[in-house]
Amino acid sequence: MDAALIPLLPLLVVGGTALLVIVLDLLPPRDRKGHLGVVALAGVVMALLVSLGLWGREGRAFRGMVVLDNFALFLDVVICYAAALVLLLSTDYLRRNDGERGEYYILVLLSTLGMVLMAAAADLIVIFLALELMSLSLYVLAGFFRGRLAAAEASMKYFLLGAFATGFFIYGIALIYGATGSTALDRIAAATRAGTRDPLLLVGLGLLLVGFGFKISSVPFHMWVPDVYEGAPTSVTAFIATGSKAAGFAALLRVLLSTFKVSQPDWTVLLWVVAVLTMTVGNVVAIAQSNLKRMLAYSSVAHVGYMLIGVVAGGALGAGSVLFYLLVYTFTTAGAFGVILLLERGRREAVDLDDYAGLAGRHPVLALTLALFLLSLIGMPPTAGFAGKFYLFGAAVRSGYIWLAVIAVLNSAVAAYYYLRVVVYMYMRDTEGLPTGPAPSFAGRLALAIALWGIFQLGLLPAPVLDLAQAAVAPLLR
Amino acid sequence: MSNTVWLIPLFPLLGTLLNALFGRWIGRHAHWIAVPALACSFLLSGAVFLRVWNGETFRGDLFPWIEAGTFRTAVTAQVDPLAAVMLLVVTGVGFLIHLYSAGYMHGDPGYARYFTYLNLFVFSMVMLVLAGNFLVLYVFWEAVGLCSYLLIGFWYTRKSAADAGKKAFIVNRVGDFGFGLGVMALWVALGTLDYGTVFDEVETLSPETATVIALLLFMGACGKSAQLPLHTWLPDAMEGPTPVSALIHAATMVTAGVYMVARTHALFERSGVALDVVAWVGGLTALFAATIGLAQTDIKRVLAYSTISQLGYMFAGVGVGAYAAGIFHLVTHAFFKALLFLGAGSVIHAQGGEQDLRKMGGLAPRMVLTTITFLVGAAGLAGLPPFAGFFSKDEILASTYHRGRLWLWALLLLGAFLTAVYIFRVVLLAFFGGPRMSKEVAHHLHESPPVMTLPLGALALLTAVAGVAVGMPSTQGTAFARFLSPVFPLSEEVGHGGLSAYALLVLSVIVAVVGLLFAWLLYGSRPIKVEAIGRPRNRLHALLLNKYYVDELYGFLFVRPLLRVAGFCARVFDLGFIDGIVNGLGQLVVGWARSMRRLQTGYVMNYALMTLLGAVVIVGFLLSR
Amino acid sequence: MEHVTLLMVFGLALLVAGAMMWLPTLLAPRRTSAAKVEPFECGKDPLALPEGRFAIKFSTVAIFFIIFDIEVMLIFPWAVQVRALGWTGYLAMLVFLGVLMLGFLYMWKKGGLEWD
Repeated sequence: MDAALIPLLPLLVVGGTALLVIVLDLLPPRDRKGHLGVVALAGVVMALLVSLGLWGREGRAFRGMVVLDNFALFLDVVICYAAALVLLLSTDYLRRNDGERGEYYILVLLSTLGMVLMAAAADLIVIFLALELMSLSLYVLAGFFRGRLAAAEASMKYFLLGAFATGFFIYGIALIYGATGSTALDRIAAATRAGTRDPLLLVGLGLLLVGFGFKISSVPFHMWVPDVYEGAPTSVTAFIATGSKAAGFAALLRVLLSTFKVSQPDWTVLLWVVAVLTMTVGNVVAIAQSNLKRMLAYSSVAHVGYMLIGVVAGGALGAGSVLFYLLVYTFTTAGAFGVILLLERGRREAVDLDDYAGLAGRHPVLALTLALFLLSLIGMPPTAGFAGKFYLFGAAVRSGYIWLAVIAVLNSAVAAYYYLRVVVYMYMRDTEGLPTGPAPSFAGRLALAIALWGIFQLGLLPAPVLDLAQAAVAPLLR
Repeated sequence: MSNTVWLIPLFPLLGTLLNALFGRWIGRHAHWIAVPALACSFLLSGAVFLRVWNGETFRGDLFPWIEAGTFRTAVTAQVDPLAAVMLLVVTGVGFLIHLYSAGYMHGDPGYARYFTYLNLFVFSMVMLVLAGNFLVLYVFWEAVGLCSYLLIGFWYTRKSAADAGKKAFIVNRVGDFGFGLGVMALWVALGTLDYGTVFDEVETLSPETATVIALLLFMGACGKSAQLPLHTWLPDAMEGPTPVSALIHAATMVTAGVYMVARTHALFERSGVALDVVAWVGGLTALFAATIGLAQTDIKRVLAYSTISQLGYMFAGVGVGAYAAGIFHLVTHAFFKALLFLGAGSVIHAQGGEQDLRKMGGLAPRMVLTTITFLVGAAGLAGLPPFAGFFSKDEILASTYHRGRLWLWALLLLGAFLTAVYIFRVVLLAFFGGPRMSKEVAHHLHESPPVMTLPLGALALLTAVAGVAVGMPSTQGTAFARFLSPVFPLSEEVGHGGLSAYALLVLSVIVAVVGLLFAWLLYGSRPIKVEAIGRPRNRLHALLLNKYYVDELYGFLFVRPLLRVAGFCARVFDLGFIDGIVNGLGQLVVGWARSMRRLQTGYVMNYALMTLLGAVVIVGFLLSR
Repeated sequence: MEHVTLLMVFGLALLVAGAMMWLPTLLAPRRTSAAKVEPFECGKDPLALPEGRFAIKFSTVAIFFIIFDIEVMLIFPWAVQVRALGWTGYLAMLVFLGVLMLGFLYMWKKGGLEWD
């Protein structure tokens, strides 16, 4: 293999798999597409292994527009885990909902490709390209169940607002180019290091932040989240919540920490406010929800708030804990959505709180699984959620943001209410009407088992992974 | 040795997992998993013990656990002579009781659940003993408490059992609160929780600091080992299945407090005051609980108070600095108290669940094996030579005397007399005299199956020989103390003034025999009037019968005021004030949520406007700074 | 503050957009009823949109056109520099066209070009 291509290896694996699936989709059989899922999964797992194998390597490709470093590799792992869990959850789910079409797998792979590219992008234009590749695939995926009104609405809203936010993003790129004469991250950094506070640059940064804010769904750019999460197929919701968020954070961290180091005082204060707003709004509104998917949508907004704390705290510990939390969050959220996706009541997906009444009595294992994921979202030891929050808040305290940590802890307390409500429903209420039951799916169960393993592995032995995460952000802080 | 050590807790853990996960299918075969698991652990403990005997010790990390800033701790295990002895006791007695349980719990609907908990307990207890730092100790300290709670409330459909479980848990929490604070204080003071480092650096602590830490730790010990004033949970804990009472609430878990004080004796010695507190709390508890034991009518409750009393002896022993003696008593007590409980269980089992001494009597001819073994246990408890309890109790008494604690010694001696009285009262009421049970029960009376009598025999044998084997006093201390000497240096006996060691020995025997005779005079020499037992005859008797009204006192002092405060809080403060605030806050939040929901119109243009607004604010903010 | 104009543009945008959202709610009296919000069609229920329906097929074809049009545009700069780029460039273009053709094939086989 050409040495110049090594930095692209994870990308090539995912992209190649996507092309392969396109070809396979054209071949018979026409009606059953389960095997495409297997191929896609194999590709993603391969990319995961390749990323792990490349750990410690550094390199650049396309004249420095794409980089390979530990940061990109760590996020590759997160993204590949997300994609793999989603693919495992998808096959039977699609079949049950009469949505078994090959495009699904192609789009998931292309969107994964976008995410992986985003983690490795070292140029604003490449970031934009990756962002669009990821987003356009997700827009379509959100509306994948064509017959459903809610799905169409979700897809349309996601597309319109996404396009709107992208407009800001690319305007920001233009202004930054105007201010520094380059779109390459390192050259922008070099240009800013010398200069003083250039308003043009700051406006550009602000507009970039709007675009990122939309992708990671921070307040006030979170408005699309509940509608899209609710309307999209649950497997896609899980993917939007985990993969696209990880990719968004990847680019955000790279841009802020390595490129806009000089403006740190500016964006730190800004993100402080955004973090507080994001977690508070997310948690407060989540209380009022009775639809589980909607509740988890707001909860995911709140979790973005927690992760922004790490960005504010900065340094190896702060940024490292964001990466760690992304991994934790991927397992936990994919798991929680996974349980929802497996459950059905009658022929309908079980998304209402009432559907969960008395679940523990009939399906104790599944109820316990969901309860564990929810406990991890609350941040109870010994689940991974605790370790993740511990590191994030600890980083905030270490950097002197005591109040931010206090607000975050208070927020976690508020959050416990709506998560525990689900547990209460499962364990202390009696079922009324049709019983809710799990759909048979081996792959789905496998995904849940992996996610469970993840939250306990990371909860009981967090230190080694945190070390890796801190090593991963080291290239950005040089 | 490292691999072997880790296997000891592994087997019960595996047993727990298997029974927990597949209990539904394993059902009444659960003991085929649990008992062999314990057998393996026991054999391995034996192997480890032999290597420690040859002077080997072990210390190692299983894995690094928490690393946060300067705080680093690992799951560390440490095996020294003390841990080796404890391992043998826990797994050995544990194994016998598992075996016994297979018979006792036979046919219980929660059979698999029972063995799950029991294995989990042994796992936690082994880890507690193996712990090489305070954090691991604390974690498994709580874990054994949890198992205790689960097993006390094992028959959770019975309200009294569920309440007893809660009581045990809450009272223990009071102690553990102190324990937790103690561990934290230790970290603040020394910056480490590792045993070795702590004990090496203990000299750097000021005596006052050491006192605070030691007393906080001892608070936990009081809770776990049911010492004054936190003893009230243990008698109620008898609601659990009898083998559980034998294993957890007599032989192993409740002795964790003694073990902890002995293990951390460097800290207590640095303080000095704390050690005195330990000794006096132990001495007072020993006498106090013994007096209550005189009046109780429930066979298991008598044994429970006896346990509290004997734990008091152990604390008195370690409190005067005779650590080896305290631990030795812990070991012999594990044998004879487990034996007594299992014997009581056998009796209860034979009588279809009856625990009231007033409805027993005359069991001896029908249950010969149980009677003989119970007698051995009683002799051990009362301190009759040559049974184990005689040697260990005498060790403690002699140490107290020789270290000049005459008042304490007198307390303990009086306690020893009472011990002999109450235990032979039980023996006489249960096994001798005329039968007082109903005809139906008498008809079904039977000796227990071999799976139950076998452990009885084994424990009786241990009770009979353990003392002679390792507890013979000599000028170099007992064999047991010599074995433990790497942990507790042999102290030269100070001040041989007053009575000589042999005079003390004889005195102990006399006290025990007099107690025995006294009991016979009251309950054996003439036919018993059942109606008179358990009825208050005079004020003192009423006081004892009602356990000094401690429960009532706590009810009056803490529970009722708490309830009243709670009631006040609930009615006035909570409904009025807090609910006002909460409802207000709630309404605020709901109102907020609603207004935000109104923002969440579902109209894309509104969302887009929001995005635009956000962009303007962000850019404006960045420019205006 | 040389870029104060930029800030002003933003401020103005905010102001105008906000005013446009807010003023009608303030000024216009609104007593809506079911009949009022309906499109008017001579007192009958409306049958179709005034401008008539537009076949969605036109837009798909338009989308396909734009996609392929833009992608083919890449060939022009390549063609200008083809000698300078050498064999690497040639191979890269082959890969690019291969992927493009694969997409085309996919569209074709999936029936994207069929009018009915």
